[in-house]
Amino acid sequence: MNELAPDSYVTDDGRTIGPAVLEMKNITLRFGGVTAIKDISFDIREGEIRAIIGPNGAGKSSMLNVINGFYHPQEGEIWFRGARRPSMKPYEVARQGIARTFQNIALFKGMSTLDNIMTGRNTMMRAGLFSQALWWGKAEREEIHHREQVEKVIDFLEIQHIRKVPVGRLPYGLQKRVELGRALAAEPKLLLLDEPMAGMNVEEKEDMSRFILDVNDEFGTTIALIEHDMGVVMDISDRVVVMDYGKKIGDGTPDDVRANPDVIDAYLGVSHD
Amino acid sequence: MLYRTTGQFKTSYRTDQALFPIRQDAFLLTIILIFAWAILPFTASEFAFQTLLIPVLIYALAATGLNILTGYAGQLSLGTGAFMGVGAYACYKLITIFPEMNLLIAVLLSGVFSAGVGVLFGLPSLRIKGFYLAIATLAAQFFLVWLFEKWPWLYNYNASGAIQVPNVDIFGVAIAGPLATSQAQYYFVLGVVTLLTVITINLTRGSLGRSWKAVRDMDIAAELIGINLLKAKLMAFAVSSYIVGVAGALFVFLWRGAAEPNLFDIELSFRVLFIAIIGGLGSILGNYLGAILIVALPVILNTVPELVGLEIKSATVEHINVMIVGALIIFFLIVEPHGLARLWQLIREKLIIWPFPH
Repeated sequence: MNELAPDSYVTDDGRTIGPAVLEMKNITLRFGGVTAIKDISFDIREGEIRAIIGPNGAGKSSMLNVINGFYHPQEGEIWFRGARRPSMKPYEVARQGIARTFQNIALFKGMSTLDNIMTGRNTMMRAGLFSQALWWGKAEREEIHHREQVEKVIDFLEIQHIRKVPVGRLPYGLQKRVELGRALAAEPKLLLLDEPMAGMNVEEKEDMSRFILDVNDEFGTTIALIEHDMGVVMDISDRVVVMDYGKKIGDGTPDDVRANPDVIDAYLGVSHD
Repeated sequence: MLYRTTGQFKTSYRTDQALFPIRQDAFLLTIILIFAWAILPFTASEFAFQTLLIPVLIYALAATGLNILTGYAGQLSLGTGAFMGVGAYACYKLITIFPEMNLLIAVLLSGVFSAGVGVLFGLPSLRIKGFYLAIATLAAQFFLVWLFEKWPWLYNYNASGAIQVPNVDIFGVAIAGPLATSQAQYYFVLGVVTLLTVITINLTRGSLGRSWKAVRDMDIAAELIGINLLKAKLMAFAVSSYIVGVAGALFVFLWRGAAEPNLFDIELSFRVLFIAIIGGLGSILGNYLGAILIVALPVILNTVPELVGLEIKSATVEHINVMIVGALIIFFLIVEPHGLARLWQLIREKLIIWPFPH
């Protein structure tokens, strides 16, 4: 058995959870007079599946947007892989190794499945304009190398049959899967999933849960996800953050969270008698 | 049957990513290339060279340039005519300042100037989109044409305010100017257009092309997966304006022979845009189909009625031409926004099983 780092531990199902990859420290985000996120701190550890839950409008998506640099918080610090992250543009954050999927599918509709997933690896391509223009030398080698990597993702997600189909023609469930593929192709250190199971039926949800677990298990990818289906969240995540009205009201293992009276109040309402 | 693709297995990613992975496509293209390079130049009449072949190639090239910007990167531009003008004036200045310069080099270099101007006028695209960007490029259109008129250095202080193409020859063969033969001009244009078309195909299927299409389809998602929007858009403006500029240089040097500033008016911008729309946005083939249609239509309207004995005044032909083009644009925008190229694709899909029903 390998020596574990001091702050690592092994889960019941044998996965190793490492030290924190991402630390959010006292994040506050305001839009004019509206405070979307109020003084929230939490961390995401290496190799874990971290869920963010909360009622509608709690600030969960805003939190993901802060993580991948789309919103810049007025207060607080973001630490990624042991270093404080300066204010960055979203594409720079993506190049650091944070990939995401979207609540409403945001695929490139005019492109094929293959091209969509290849785009996920665009940041790793280095060939210059002239090499690309002549499709010769580095450009060709790169295209072939990255195609091989993309084919692995395609095999993994079992979407070989739709490889060359424009994504606009695909059914919803498959589009969600292609979007996951595009994020995976970037080989992210941290994968953010914004409601990966929204609008799916039970069978599709089971498939998607299986893919999320497999991604985490096989590639060791750290995952943060927002989801409304409590059954799924409690089943697959290691730790859960609960938000309500921009504040953190709970943080811990699924069992802890389930027993937390504040969380029960937020979801079921509280009797004022 | 005719387009049967079964049995054409690919055993490596290299063959799957080949320029024309389907055998029939490669076959058709070979035939077209043989026609363009070996048969047409020796059989076409002077009239055909000057009214059909050369203009089709030049307009197709200009539309290819616009298509990169509008069809692939999703940035609408109404300044194509003016960018062609930048290429033409740049080529004129290069040739008159360095008379020893090879025309091919001058033509390819003149694109660099229009690329620079294109990037400059592309800068607003980072902040504004759609119609508003179209207005910004419209400003470029009017400003540049005004500049062509008001800056005498551009036309070497010529009293007429126009540029006149001097006699230019490459290795003793007259290519441009009054002495040049149509056949030599055609070969020159064909060479440049073929080269730039191959480059365009390669760029649009590589990582740069994917980043353009990503910006076009969903720019926020593109940025969140690591595409630098600034770089992708400015590259689109640069490459697009480069090709448009080269097309402009060919337009004046290898076809018109002389140019006044108003040649590069908004009307030219619109003609190129119509070619791109009718041919198909986001397609390379479409530029050729669109150019053939737009260039050949007035010629057909001029000659066919005469052949069947009808007498139509040339002014009437002009009106009919404008009406047909206008109707076609409305037709394509409503029925087939992806243009003639899409129609060809549909035909191809049908031919895969034709004549069998299943």
